[in-house]
Amino acid sequence: MHPLLTRNRLGLYLLGWIPLAATLVLLMTSGGNLSWLESSVIAIPLCAVYAFICLSAWYTAKSSPIKRESALRLIGVHSLAAALVSYFWMGLGWVLVASLSKTNAFQGLDRRFAPQAPILFGVGYLLYLLSVASQYVILSLQASQEAEARVMEMNILARQAELKALKAQINPHFLFNSLNSISALTSIDPPRARDMCVLLGDFLRLTLGLGEKTSVRFFEELDLLQKYMAIEKVRFGARLTIHEEIQEDSKACLLPPLLLQPLVENAVKHGIAALPEGGDVRLAVQRQNGRLSILVENSWDPEAPPRRSGGLGLKNVQQRLAARYGKEASLRVNTEGELFQVSLSLPAESEEKE
Amino acid sequence: MSPSKDARWKALIVDDEELARHVIREFLQSHVEIEVAAECANGMEAVKAVAEHKPNLIFLDVQMPKLTGFDVLELIGTDVSVIFVTAYDQYAMRAFDVHAVDYLLKPIGKERFDAAVERAKNRLGEKMPAAADLAAAARPPQQFLERLVVKDGTKVTLIPVSKLDYAEAQDDYVALASQGKKHLKQQTIAGLEAGLDPDSFVRIHRSYIVNLERVARIEPYGKDSRLAILADGTRLPVSRAGYARLKALLDERK
Repeated sequence: MHPLLTRNRLGLYLLGWIPLAATLVLLMTSGGNLSWLESSVIAIPLCAVYAFICLSAWYTAKSSPIKRESALRLIGVHSLAAALVSYFWMGLGWVLVASLSKTNAFQGLDRRFAPQAPILFGVGYLLYLLSVASQYVILSLQASQEAEARVMEMNILARQAELKALKAQINPHFLFNSLNSISALTSIDPPRARDMCVLLGDFLRLTLGLGEKTSVRFFEELDLLQKYMAIEKVRFGARLTIHEEIQEDSKACLLPPLLLQPLVENAVKHGIAALPEGGDVRLAVQRQNGRLSILVENSWDPEAPPRRSGGLGLKNVQQRLAARYGKEASLRVNTEGELFQVSLSLPAESEEKE
Repeated sequence: MSPSKDARWKALIVDDEELARHVIREFLQSHVEIEVAAECANGMEAVKAVAEHKPNLIFLDVQMPKLTGFDVLELIGTDVSVIFVTAYDQYAMRAFDVHAVDYLLKPIGKERFDAAVERAKNRLGEKMPAAADLAAAARPPQQFLERLVVKDGTKVTLIPVSKLDYAEAQDDYVALASQGKKHLKQQTIAGLEAGLDPDSFVRIHRSYIVNLERVARIEPYGKDSRLAILADGTRLPVSRAGYARLKALLDERK
């Protein structure tokens, strides 16, 4: 389908022909043989027809792509086409003039038109080439738009893949350490070992289950976080204390799944695990004025070297927030003193969006 | 240091998780020839306990607060058998394989544990590979040291690399200058250089590495050499090759 053959574009295109037609009228009148009226009566219908004839340049341009054909061949093909088309157009002109001459108003028009006929051929020739050139411009614009769209599509696919990988991620270090804790408990305290197996099983199931969804209610994520912290509490014993301040209203809010899990995991891994005496992890969530505020806070050692994965988890959370809420959501990190605080603020949504 | 045949082996268990220490203690019950001299919950305690108990065998967790297992090995020397314990650390595991160091993976299996203890007993008096080599092999690619660990007597000092002004080679040691103090560490200057970020530290001389941020200016000195004047007024010799390296780095920063 020709790109100009839509209602809006065709109108613009024909509008562009008005000055061309006016130029042709001027050229023909300036020869001295034809009056303004006579030139207009010939040139205007001819230009209206030629506007459509020139659209055919699209097909010749498309069948001889500028990058694949040699320059010589391109010039040859288009000059020949231009000559044929403009010759045909001049013929049409003659037919029009001949039929006008038969009327009383334009008697003898054919004689007066004869010297102007080559002008028609020349103008036709140039206009056709101009049309070919603009077709090539349209073609290359289209190509670059397509390339842009492809790049964008690739980006979106990559982002989706990344999120998928992120969601399904279970920290192997956490898993193996938990299994080792269970192994120790089997001889010290078998019922607790069994509880821990159940906790770990629930945690893994929730992680896999929530990761599949696009949105979860906060209480579902909270359930997962509580399982996670209960397991870590077994591992770290008295070194880990947990504080929760969860506002009841916040529990129905919708969130991207596993958004908070990496934050709490970081709090334990980089905060508590790096402190010989351990410390606190605090989770505070509230809904106010249409916003959901989440605070994850932990004790930390400001002098501990950043770990390998340091910052990566935070960056991922930030990217996910940006992808989902744009500028509507924010993530702030405050590391003053002995506390490491991550605060999130996002729109409080409680209805499933289409 | 291996005990004579009838003396008992002394072992140290180092892990920051109580339950993890418990597993090892329990597995050691079937090895009557091994006595648990002490349990330590972090690297600092481990360094002290080694000086106090002179153990023959150490079970050493890799990931611990403040000092890692590698730091501990660096501080206690290499004439003791160490069995590393880790949950999951692909780089550490590869380093252990390369240097033929025994290690146990959590959760620890009894058979694997017994085999490691047997091997440790058979390696009577064999030295462990140098801690710095092992730690270097366990560092992920493109990662550099973030801090240096030094021991003065029984006191352990951690020096963040950003606080290191310069290092000077002294026989088998390097003197680390930081905040007006010098700390001696048993390491070669080439070994230290390999662990430092080459964008921040330059080997300006056979015996000197300098922190680029501390260099205030360079002055000519003698025919072929120069002096680097640090912000605190310290003057360090710069060799011809050292000057070329320094200049390349400074040009790159512009």
